[in-house]
Amino acid sequence: MEPGARAGTRPLARYNGAGADLRRRPRIGEGIVHALLLICGAISILTTVGIVYILFQEAWLFFGLPEVTLGAFLTGTTWAPQINEFGILPLLSATLITSAIAMAVAVPLGLGAAIYLSEYATPRARSVLKPALEILAGVPTVVYGYFALTFVTPAVLQAIFGRDQVQIYNMAAAGLTMGIMILPLVASMSEDALSAVPRALREGAYGLGATRLEAALQVVVPAAISGIIAAFIVAVSRAIGETMIVALAAGAGPSFTFNPFQAAETMTGHIARISGGDISYGSVQYTSLFAIALTLFVMTFGLNVVSGWVVRRFREVYE
Amino acid sequence: MSVSLSAGTEAPAPERALGSLPSTDAEIRRNIAARRARGAVWRWLFAGALAFGILALATLLCTVVDGAFGLAVYEHSVDPRELSDRSLEELSQPELVEIFRANVSAGLFRRYDRERPLAERSAEDVRELIYERVVERRVVASYGLGESLLRRAAVERETAERHPGGVLEWRSWVSLDFLTRPMSSVPERAGIRTALLGSVWMIALTMLIAFPVGVAAAIYLEEFAGRSWWNRLIETNINNLAGVPSIIYGMLGLAIFVRALEPLTSGRALGAEGVNGRTILSAALTMALLILPLIIISAREAIRAVPSSLREASYGLGATRWQTVWHHVLPSALPGILTGTILGMSRAAGETAPLIVVGASTFIVSDPSGPFSSFTALPVQIYNWTSQPQETFRDIAAAAILVLLALLLSLNAAAVLLRNRFRRMY
Repeated sequence: MEPGARAGTRPLARYNGAGADLRRRPRIGEGIVHALLLICGAISILTTVGIVYILFQEAWLFFGLPEVTLGAFLTGTTWAPQINEFGILPLLSATLITSAIAMAVAVPLGLGAAIYLSEYATPRARSVLKPALEILAGVPTVVYGYFALTFVTPAVLQAIFGRDQVQIYNMAAAGLTMGIMILPLVASMSEDALSAVPRALREGAYGLGATRLEAALQVVVPAAISGIIAAFIVAVSRAIGETMIVALAAGAGPSFTFNPFQAAETMTGHIARISGGDISYGSVQYTSLFAIALTLFVMTFGLNVVSGWVVRRFREVYE
Repeated sequence: MSVSLSAGTEAPAPERALGSLPSTDAEIRRNIAARRARGAVWRWLFAGALAFGILALATLLCTVVDGAFGLAVYEHSVDPRELSDRSLEELSQPELVEIFRANVSAGLFRRYDRERPLAERSAEDVRELIYERVVERRVVASYGLGESLLRRAAVERETAERHPGGVLEWRSWVSLDFLTRPMSSVPERAGIRTALLGSVWMIALTMLIAFPVGVAAAIYLEEFAGRSWWNRLIETNINNLAGVPSIIYGMLGLAIFVRALEPLTSGRALGAEGVNGRTILSAALTMALLILPLIIISAREAIRAVPSSLREASYGLGATRWQTVWHHVLPSALPGILTGTILGMSRAAGETAPLIVVGASTFIVSDPSGPFSSFTALPVQIYNWTSQPQETFRDIAAAAILVLLALLLSLNAAAVLLRNRFRRMY
């Protein structure tokens, strides 16, 4: 018996004869699978299209109302839907102030932690410290909101500046807590950028007599600057879009103030508070939320695009 | 010759150009010492930045634990000792029923009897009823763990001043009862049963939707797609989607799943009795869109890590592209894919903002029964309790946070274990 003639298999010789057709056959099954996979890949595009469509459509309805104009929306200093005052500045200023405070905490501390981890820490210390920071990044933001309200405001801000200076709900506590929340993001992204700088650059600096600090600040950081700046931009975008911390700690009610110790509602906080209550679809309040969300989306999307551009434009490529 | 001469005369001497380089021995030594000192100072600053982050994490955990345990001041309308000469814990079931009958109005007794005959209830149930309706035991003040341990005397003095009839007792706000009781407007009787079940339902549905779609999209991008403009578009798009704030996804869910697809998400189109579109299904769909980029990105990395020799061997044996993916690439990439999926799951478990926008109700007493029930979730409950002004609600918020953190920690530990257990080296 031939070896190929075991039960259930046909001898190979059959295919080598004149009757064998070795041309590419249409595979229907493969085609269907391919199409299904393509659809799944396209869902992400659909999501983006959906977000953009929904935001623009509802915002279009909002700006189509007789009592709303785009100019008043962008320059008005009162947000009071009950009396048809729709100026986004109070919400926007609160968002920018809390984000600025957050960045003032997260950028120096995050970059410092990243430099320590990548340039100073022994591999052993790093293997303990980095996961610890990552735990900080994994804590849900609603927990940070609790922390801001029950610890940062009473035990830090009110203890230092006095109870009469600092309101129970205030932008400073929200901003500080948000900074702590973003710190691991900045640290981890910057650390990745710093570690990607080749050893030879550091050795070169040491060879020229640089101290560890000089090598880090004058050679490694400039070499990794594209990644570090991208980390900062992503962090700003996270701060602007963060909701739960500001919803719990920054205050419920828009107010146009620049005093960080006063309560003021951010864009995200306003959306969360209003949509959490009873809201009727199609009302002015409902569509106004989408106008705020559109503003938010444009800001964060713009920042993400800029960060991608920075990485591509300023990246130093090493072999 | 003349060129070099003129250059020599016009350009400043090289020593000048470099500023003041130390030249004498003493200067050099001073310079080195100063640079070393600067290096040491900055080193401590960098270490301090890292220490701040870790300290913040520790403080956060301490704050939560501080809120979840501690002394509580109880007051009651009727002293339990007046009800019986023995303590309530020692009495048998019929005796308890008798006490209950004697101390509440006939109408109230009938109402409870109609709900479920008292004779059939367990002794614990009846005792609980007596505490609730007769003794009317309630928490009037509570103290954090730190205060309770370190300033016990001051706490006792304050209690005696403000709540003369109050009894000071240790209380752990997180307990088995807390896990199994439904919602209540009275903080000390509230539990997270409905919230926990709501979270579990929502996460399960989310993963059911996001896992297959996410993995399929990753397979498409890594194994099937070429380098056409369309595929580059999908790729950029996924990266951008990962940066969209979660509340925007909530708005998308509100407009599409809750409002436009209401017949489907409320279950009416499928014959279920839905009230509105604010259901577990809507929340799960929204959450699935939110974590999809996360799953796709991590699954792509796992698939990319499978060496191409594996694929080529499979092709060489005559397998089609899909056969190669299904029988060789996917099994090898699965641990990595699952790790990413679990991390996506823990993200979904902690996410709050989109659920609030999509319309998680905050006060639900009945357990969720399926994808079309209205629901609440653990983080939403934490948000709701934290935003209440009463101190006691903060305590149960802290207890709920402990439960949530334990849940997330076990998910992340599972991911790490999975990664280490099944890691393959090629």
